[in-house]
Amino acid sequence: MGSAVDSPAVDRPFGLLAELTYGCPLHCSYCSNPLELAAHTDELTTAEWQRVLVEARDLGVLQLHLSGGEPLLRRDLPGIVRYAAELGLYTNLITSALGLTPRRAEELLAAGLDHVQISLQSDEAALSDRLAGVRSFERKLVAARLVKELGWPLTLNVVLHRHNVDRVAGILDLAEQLGADRIELAHTQYYGWALRNRDGLLPSRAQLARAEDVVRAARGRLQGRMEVIYVLPDYHSRYPKPCMGGWGRRQLTVVPDGDVLPCPTAHTLPLPRASVREHSLAWIWERSPLFQRFRGTNWMPDPCRSCDRRELDFGGCRCQAFQLTGDAARTDPVCHLSPDHGLVAAAVAAADEEARSRDTVLIPRRSR
Amino acid sequence: MRSTAPAQTAGSAGRPRLARSVRLRFDPARGRSVLLTPEAVTVLNGTGAAVLELCDGRRTTAEIVAELRGRYAHVDDDEVRAFVDRLTARRWLEIGNGEAGRGQARHGQRRG
Repeated sequence: MGSAVDSPAVDRPFGLLAELTYGCPLHCSYCSNPLELAAHTDELTTAEWQRVLVEARDLGVLQLHLSGGEPLLRRDLPGIVRYAAELGLYTNLITSALGLTPRRAEELLAAGLDHVQISLQSDEAALSDRLAGVRSFERKLVAARLVKELGWPLTLNVVLHRHNVDRVAGILDLAEQLGADRIELAHTQYYGWALRNRDGLLPSRAQLARAEDVVRAARGRLQGRMEVIYVLPDYHSRYPKPCMGGWGRRQLTVVPDGDVLPCPTAHTLPLPRASVREHSLAWIWERSPLFQRFRGTNWMPDPCRSCDRRELDFGGCRCQAFQLTGDAARTDPVCHLSPDHGLVAAAVAAADEEARSRDTVLIPRRSR
Repeated sequence: MRSTAPAQTAGSAGRPRLARSVRLRFDPARGRSVLLTPEAVTVLNGTGAAVLELCDGRRTTAEIVAELRGRYAHVDDDEVRAFVDRLTARRWLEIGNGEAGRGQARHGQRRG
């Protein structure tokens, strides 16, 4: 697959991540939302979202992931779900579950919501509430049971880091008790608030090795009953992740104020903006300078340009390259072949010092 | 309520149906049938779509093969069973006991 320039037929996107609001009742220190939340309060209206959904469908989008912040804070969420379902989109709610009352859940079910993903911070109340920055654990369990009672498939999302990675066995037990169909154990990716808190969040290699043993055993035990997805921490990998399956290739994100991004954190990059308030989604996807910038492989420097893996990982993550080196067009420093890999190696080595306190002060994200 | 068990396969007598979280749709943008699951989109070829359209929880796999033979010149029994088993292992298909229709009613209604 060449760049958009030598291959005029740009791929069609499969998924749209709709970040309906950056408002959130939780204050997780690993949140990937922007640090300057107050700059994004001019949220799209219901009618604007409806237009976005029609344009997304025409463009080839099949899956709609409704997220935020906390999407349940949008009072018009059931209406947005119903509109999407009528367009034939697969609708997936990604929620803290705070605000998922029986009445709200019934409304969403009637609107045609296909799937629910609930975040969990840990398997026990005190740690969970501390990580979320608000009493939420018991309410999450009640909501998870409600999801199952209403017959929805349930996925639990757990972001792993230094403070909960040793709880993986307990988390898996809890997921089993709740009757979860899937659990995603995903190591923190360091963007937004998480990057700011990186030194307090990075686990040690010993912690990772223990967690991986637990996950391996659980997969065997739970096979056929619960799908266990384990997303490796990219800082500890030899090669970078194929971020978003390639820039402007499979997915797009629309943030609360209508900016369209190739990935949820690309607002951090020094690139021209593209907004649904100014352009059609088709123009933004196919022609905007933002989406064209890192499409394909022609933009790549070495070592990516001559690497056999360039069509596998697409040079890794542009945001990570920019955040760590100041140049978004460099090889993702996570890659051991990157000339900047020392930046990542140093952070990983520091996290291995077991003497380092687990009580590093984590800066909680603000509500808005 | 879960009807799949570890290592369960359809055999010829099982009655496969789409799992609750799975949708089979025609995508006009690509001109192909697609299988939609919580985190994946699978673009189907014509045969795959034909098999899945018949996975309604009422027909057995053997009946599905028979039905396909009425439509297509070459239908490989083993291939259809392997396809059904593969999707069952991924829990995209469930093997029902023949009373699937009722349990699926709500699900069916919601499918645009």
